[in-house]
Amino acid sequence: MRLTREFEEEVLRLYKQGKILGGVYCGYGQEAVSVGTTYSLEKGDFIFPLHRDIGAILTKGIDPNILLAQLLGKKTGFSKGKESFLHAGDLESGFFGATSMLAATLPVAAGAALKFKLNKEKHIAVAFFGEGASSRGDFHEALNFSGIHKLPIVYVCENNFYAYSTPQNLQMAIEDLADRATGYGFKGMVTSGNDIHAVLKTMQKAVERARSGDGPTLVECKTYRYHGHSEHDMATYRTKEEVIEWESRDPIPRYEVYLEKKGYDLGKIKEEVSGKIKGVIDEAVKFAEESPYPEGKEAMEDLYATPI
Amino acid sequence: METTYLKAINEALFEEMERDEKVFLLGEDIGVLGGAFKATEGVFEKFGPERVIDTPISESLIVGTAIGAAVLGMRPVAEMQFADFISCGFDQIVNMAATLRYRHGGKAKVPMVIRAPSGAGIHGGLFHSQNPEAWFFHSPGLKIVAPATAYDAKGLLKSAIRDDDPVLYFEHKFLYRRIKEDLPAEEYLVPLGKAEVKRAGKDMTIITYGSALHLCLEAAKILEKEKLEMEVVDLRTILPLDKKTILDSVKKTNKVMVVHEDRKTGGIGGEIAAIISEEAFEYLDGPVMRVAAQDTHYAFSPTLEEFILPNTEKIVVKARELARY
Repeated sequence: MRLTREFEEEVLRLYKQGKILGGVYCGYGQEAVSVGTTYSLEKGDFIFPLHRDIGAILTKGIDPNILLAQLLGKKTGFSKGKESFLHAGDLESGFFGATSMLAATLPVAAGAALKFKLNKEKHIAVAFFGEGASSRGDFHEALNFSGIHKLPIVYVCENNFYAYSTPQNLQMAIEDLADRATGYGFKGMVTSGNDIHAVLKTMQKAVERARSGDGPTLVECKTYRYHGHSEHDMATYRTKEEVIEWESRDPIPRYEVYLEKKGYDLGKIKEEVSGKIKGVIDEAVKFAEESPYPEGKEAMEDLYATPI
Repeated sequence: METTYLKAINEALFEEMERDEKVFLLGEDIGVLGGAFKATEGVFEKFGPERVIDTPISESLIVGTAIGAAVLGMRPVAEMQFADFISCGFDQIVNMAATLRYRHGGKAKVPMVIRAPSGAGIHGGLFHSQNPEAWFFHSPGLKIVAPATAYDAKGLLKSAIRDDDPVLYFEHKFLYRRIKEDLPAEEYLVPLGKAEVKRAGKDMTIITYGSALHLCLEAAKILEKEKLEMEVVDLRTILPLDKKTILDSVKKTNKVMVVHEDRKTGGIGGEIAAIISEEAFEYLDGPVMRVAAQDTHYAFSPTLEEFILPNTEKIVVKARELARY
């Protein structure tokens, strides 16, 4: 979680220095969801993360150097500079790149899960989406189909209560999005998305269900993004009090309190972790900054696997 | 025995599913029913529910699920019950499938086919007659084929299934049971991206695809009696266009018209005319002419449909006009 946060802090620094062009969309505050869900997976499982899920990508074992190069639009990024931010993936590592049409990855994730089922593989798919994306038809189509065929998939809703500026009460007339799972014939679970242990515990059950052939689960993680929808959004549609209230539930200090209570030497752990993280991030920045941009003509490459 | 266009499609599915167990089908009513047009008849009985999956009425899901299975190594063949309904899966096709390889740095393959029964002339009205190929023609990353004969229908579908890119396969439902021919007993493929000269001639070229091919061949017979030797080029693959075959024919005949059942404005014919103008202008003895559907919806009443669609007479009239240059 700390690596994720500090990685994003570095991303913000680079953005403010004008080294990241285009938008930056942070998962600041949502780390327990992206890290906790992915921590529960095995090699061969497939994740379909969102723009706020740098934590999921790092937890899946993706090289931070390549991730940062991707964000900077460099040739050494996943997409070789062809697409911004997190619309690129690394299929060999089980990480699929989304599009901006959020919820569109849900049917695709169902397809990956269908492949696992048809081939009797024990792998599972984990598809992330925000509560905002659940208003789209792809959400319904994917969950409906997954329920019918009991596909090995976990749908992770990162409910941060705002679709850009639109609050949840203008998106749906229910409080718990997980209730919708009933309509698709499988279980919905609500958990605190700011408590890594709660996320891990819930995911463990959902992953077990998917892996054992009992079908999908809709896991709703209630959480909050501290920043705006993107870095150019000042998020004036939210009250200061609300932000402060959620900041008091920050997943990282919460985990630190837990470690302390368990008798760990928190000071020592933090120092060790800080050193490691700094090393990783410094190396990623160096790698990404020193990497070249692609040449203009490379825009015509990689359109087809078998060009005619 | 002669094989219909529809049966040719059915045979291609059977053969490819037998050859490669990674091939599976998904779509609406394709299982027990065998498809609304019976294109998948018997496939469910032979291969079972794991390889012939009846889906809910969810086109976006059908396409999206095919994409997910394809990137993980399967070879799905998705069916749109009518090509008109492909609009409900539009985002998955143009934003998800078409961009996938590109934004994954060339490390992803999307070996999938979307079969879509298209076309008018069957009194289908506005939502069972459309030719949506031009919507996708503008989208790099896709391949589009539109067979006009039973031979090509089978050979192109087999090639599309074996191809590693997303292929839209527009099968013309007017042709399903109306045309048939003897097909080779042995296995064959028709390559993607290759047009074919279906009739050789020296005076004028007609470039066409899909069901309009048959109108063009009929028109060519009529024009033959008027001492006009027509060359008819069947594109077969629309995206990418086989520019070489198009330009070679233009250079040979110096007069060219494009005929398609899709509407004129924004249709494939406009792009072909532009390519010829840019790359073979000095060979032209007249303007590139077009015969296409009227710029309106595919209306229901037979008198309206007849007015809207291209037919042999309209092609003959346009050819005589072009011959005067």
